[in-house]
Amino acid sequence: MTDTAQRRTVAKVAVHPVQAPPPAGDRRRRRLADQARAYGFLVGGLVCFALFSWYPAIRAVVIAFQKYTPGGEPEWVGTANFTRVFQDPEFGAAWRNTLTFTLLALLIGFAIPFVLALVLNELRHAKAFFRVVVYLPVMIPPVVSALLWKWFYDPGTGLANEALRFLHLPTSNWSNGADTALVSLVIVATWANMGGTVLIYLAALQSIPGELYEAAELDGANLLQRVRHVTIPQTRFVILMLMLLQIIATMQVFTEPFVITGGGPENATVTVLYLIYKYAFLYNDFGGACALSVMLLVLLGAFSAAYLRLTRTEGESA
Amino acid sequence: MSTRTLLSPAALARPRGKAVYWTVFTGTVLLFVIAFLFPVYWMVTGAMKSADEVARTPPTLVPERWHVSGYTDAWDLMQLPEHLWNTVVQAAGAWLCQLVFCTAAAYALSKLRPAFGKVILGGILATLMVPAQALVVPKYLTVADLGLLNDPVAIWLPAVANAFNLYLLKRFFDQLPRDVLEAAEMDGAGRLRTLWSIVLPMSRPVLGVVSIFALVAVWQDFLWPLMVFSDTDKQPISVALVQLSQNIPLTVLIAAMVIASIPMVAMFLAFQRHIIAGIGAGSTKG
Repeated sequence: MTDTAQRRTVAKVAVHPVQAPPPAGDRRRRRLADQARAYGFLVGGLVCFALFSWYPAIRAVVIAFQKYTPGGEPEWVGTANFTRVFQDPEFGAAWRNTLTFTLLALLIGFAIPFVLALVLNELRHAKAFFRVVVYLPVMIPPVVSALLWKWFYDPGTGLANEALRFLHLPTSNWSNGADTALVSLVIVATWANMGGTVLIYLAALQSIPGELYEAAELDGANLLQRVRHVTIPQTRFVILMLMLLQIIATMQVFTEPFVITGGGPENATVTVLYLIYKYAFLYNDFGGACALSVMLLVLLGAFSAAYLRLTRTEGESA
Repeated sequence: MSTRTLLSPAALARPRGKAVYWTVFTGTVLLFVIAFLFPVYWMVTGAMKSADEVARTPPTLVPERWHVSGYTDAWDLMQLPEHLWNTVVQAAGAWLCQLVFCTAAAYALSKLRPAFGKVILGGILATLMVPAQALVVPKYLTVADLGLLNDPVAIWLPAVANAFNLYLLKRFFDQLPRDVLEAAEMDGAGRLRTLWSIVLPMSRPVLGVVSIFALVAVWQDFLWPLMVFSDTDKQPISVALVQLSQNIPLTVLIAAMVIASIPMVAMFLAFQRHIIAGIGAGSTKG
């Protein structure tokens, strides 16, 4: 419809407020034109979602049951991919490492940001400084953070052992030791990602009404009791939300083990996503890679569903 | 400003409270400097040390002699201009595609009542439940089938399939008053015209947030470009750094790391107020 035509109908409406409904054929044509226009706006986004989200999700499940090499004819193999992947000695190691990484990240990377946010919320000076500095590592590309810490962890000349020597503590093998490698990677991930968590906690802490603390104090609650009975219940939702998000994120860890340890030493840092990468690009076994992807997808999908449910119900009640 | 927190203003005003406050304050400043600023300082100055000084134990806190050659060597030896340019092209394209396709789609879903709009929105939101990294392999195969390997388009178009940004835009458009849009229509503006001259100017804050998310995501990504760009000349800086890190002198590598960090850190320092406010507000609102 051209601009003038539209303007003419508007004018008509102004003159005859009670207008007879247009003939049915005309109305349907207009509705079709409206739909065509709406889909004109939608089509770019839809094609991208279809090609790069919906189709790959379906395809992962299909290929998980196929023998698949790019360019070749796919061949149905039933659950052979799953059994082969199960029997891979790295399979157990990858899942163990991923779960340990997630657990350690929760232990190390969860309490620290909360305590930091608690302290920062009490400080009345240099607020901008703290916020910018804590978020700075988040803006450094993850690859650079990983390479930086790889250099720090160097057993000979690295800064990490230098710090231990300075404090007269025994030195460590850090990322080069089979028993310390995973913890070393958790430290890197925590350092690099903590800023966002701290800022989210800070925002949550600031929304706690001051009267609650006042009332608790009048009732004789000491500092720790106030944290326990006011702060934590009041931020319960954010704590839970961030915990789910962190589980989802850390179970997909890839950059740190790939860059810092290369999965070693002795498979100590091979993660599930790393194993998926190896199956696809080292073994050229896309069926196995997709079988692993589907397993990861199912597990993380459950956490994501819990997260979405949580944010949606809380969003409605808030 | 005087909303009370865990500690009461009265407790802080007491001499003991003041002493504790300033001790904690100093301790926190020191902790932040050591934990977050010092590694960055170490990186920037490490690149300026000579090859044997950087490997020395105990290390020197300040370079004995400042060499700029680390930086210039990195620039030339590692072909940083080329890789930086690749990253810029990838990030700019992804940003533009996201702005164009996601705003158009969000506008349609929010204001144009397409048939099956609810189903489509549901399908888009469902992808939030699918962890992105778990789908990289089938996504890679699709990109390969389309002949997009080693092509920046392989970064641009998948970036559009970002349910989070699309939903952010849709939620914002939902809040725009209907009568303003209807008034524009009365004045004879078409859908595109309404989007361009009414909706977009009113949506500047959310467009800013989406832009920052889009740029940061591409600049920081590693696994996807690692898969897609096997051709060394096409690789963005993140992938190139790792590929080249094996056979390059340490000072040169460190210098390259610093250079790779500058664009995002500079953007953060320039827009830090907005970025920090956005993180806090976005999260607590859910």
